[in-house]
Amino acid sequence: MSRTAIVRQGEREGVAPTSAPGPHELEGAHLTRARMVAVLLTLAIVTLAVAAAAAAFGSVHISLVRAIMEAESPDHAILFGARLPRILMGAIVGAVLAAVGAALQALVRNPLAEGGILGISGGGAFGAIVALVVFSHIGGMEAAVPISAFAASLLSTVAVYRLAQVEGRLEPFTLLLVGVIFNAFWGAAIMLVNSVVNFYYTHSIIFWLMGSFEAPTWGETAMVATAGATGFAILIAHGRDLNLLSLGDDEAAELGVEVDRVRRTIFAVTSVMIGAAVSVSGIISFVGLIVPHMVRLALGADHRLLIPASILGGAAFTMAADLAARVVIAPSELPVGAITALCGGPFFIYVLRREGRKSLAL
Amino acid sequence: MKIACGTGAVALSARDLTAGYGERPVLRGISLEVRAGEMLAVAGPNGAGKSTLLKVLSSSITPWAGEVELLGRPLRDYERRALARLLATVAQENSAAFRFTVLEIVLMGRAPHLGPFHLETRHDLEVAYAALDRFGLRELARRPIQELSGGERKRVFLARAIAQEPRVALLDEPAAFLDLRHVAEIFARLRELRAERGMAVVATLHDLNAVALHADRVLLMKDGMTMAYGTPEAVLTAENLSEVYETAVYVGRNPATGAITILPGVNEAIEVRR
Repeated sequence: MSRTAIVRQGEREGVAPTSAPGPHELEGAHLTRARMVAVLLTLAIVTLAVAAAAAAFGSVHISLVRAIMEAESPDHAILFGARLPRILMGAIVGAVLAAVGAALQALVRNPLAEGGILGISGGGAFGAIVALVVFSHIGGMEAAVPISAFAASLLSTVAVYRLAQVEGRLEPFTLLLVGVIFNAFWGAAIMLVNSVVNFYYTHSIIFWLMGSFEAPTWGETAMVATAGATGFAILIAHGRDLNLLSLGDDEAAELGVEVDRVRRTIFAVTSVMIGAAVSVSGIISFVGLIVPHMVRLALGADHRLLIPASILGGAAFTMAADLAARVVIAPSELPVGAITALCGGPFFIYVLRREGRKSLAL
Repeated sequence: MKIACGTGAVALSARDLTAGYGERPVLRGISLEVRAGEMLAVAGPNGAGKSTLLKVLSSSITPWAGEVELLGRPLRDYERRALARLLATVAQENSAAFRFTVLEIVLMGRAPHLGPFHLETRHDLEVAYAALDRFGLRELARRPIQELSGGERKRVFLARAIAQEPRVALLDEPAAFLDLRHVAEIFARLRELRAERGMAVVATLHDLNAVALHADRVLLMKDGMTMAYGTPEAVLTAENLSEVYETAVYVGRNPATGAITILPGVNEAIEVRR
């Protein structure tokens, strides 16, 4: 009866908006600036708290106070020489992976899309390893590794995307399958390289396959931070377009989105971001799946909030995973990529079971 | 009972449209015209090319030949966002990949009106709420779109199109999946919008009785060609319909409304009865 009453009211007042919606009625049903600020501030505080915890704990006990106050203490050397660079790298890479996951999921309308699952990270790792092997003899390795990783990531993305199209339409299931196949293919290609090159390279190759934030150089950190910051700005600027793309390509175009341009931009930007992340830290899988999904569950689907929230959430999650990698079997270390994959595998199955039918049958 | 809403200028017109997929032609020489406030129904059997025609009119598909004009300007001269402020489309099937709320979906209709980094303003919210109210959806505003029934979802996407405040709405089977009451309401709401805003409507419709009751003009298609074009009285004849649908069709007058009434497959039905 009440619904009929509302319709009747609409009839009486014609085009003019009916009773202006009160603030309480709207709360939580759509994005407001106040909500955005509150959520992002809260997440920033959580992220900083995780960073502080990651700085305080590790395989050796240090005093944060002494580390900061006494420049000559071993605590200072551990904090500033080992932990902080590593925490910073983990935060940046985690933020990159989560933001890329959120953007790719919207672009291909599939909550299971992610750099690793779509084979983009695998391509990047292969590119990095080939550059490592080739350029370690002729020099220029520092520049060649990330560039080769970008190029291979981009190539892999384009190939997966092209192969997943059936009669000009992107098929979500085909895309996922092609991505998984590419991922396996790149893994095999890396193993092939590993078996033909000098034993000397094996440690580096394992590093890329497992993922690690161990001992980054400032040059590497600056490179991935630049790629990340540029990428974040571009992805955040496309938040509304990503919302509209969730409805379908034609629908997005009919609402004013230049679909081809946006898609090319996002694929290029995410490939560069993944390439940068992989070239410094190897394959850290599933962060791009878990973080956007949790954020979406908690905050809703609007990408104007989802992307920045995933950036913060990705940083926090990855710092926490790396902390676990450092302390669980201290003084030995687990590869952080193994920890995220151990969490991520079951999580992937859970999402597939929960959302598979209703979200993939588009 | 028909109220002629269409008294305005030509809103959308098409001349000699030919289009298709790959090598296969689907539309062959379609022309049409719809004036402000009018409703043009596109009818015809499955596979006649009705949905393809709407895709050409919405510029999702570029025609091989022929031209579409919106408000006197060729469609291809419009920039995407400018076009989205004038022309809204609702597809036959509607879905969203993530758990957007109903209000969020309807607010997406405001996207072409917003600046690059702007969130929706109070005005946009009011427009969205008016669109929700028009289709009786306010109580569903917070619900995720996935939890809605097919009929409710249809109304949400209609509300989204209305929130775009378009001059022309292209609707692919707007009455599909809806129960009787909501079918009646959709047509009533569309009639209001046509009268209030001079919005022109092009709708594909399977229900020929709805065509007879609500359309100002009818384009009857078969195999991508125009079989008849004109007022419902002129187009919806037993002869035309029997030929196009390849089944015996009875066309009479509804004693209650005076509108044309169509019954398909009457001969077979009468034989079975006997």
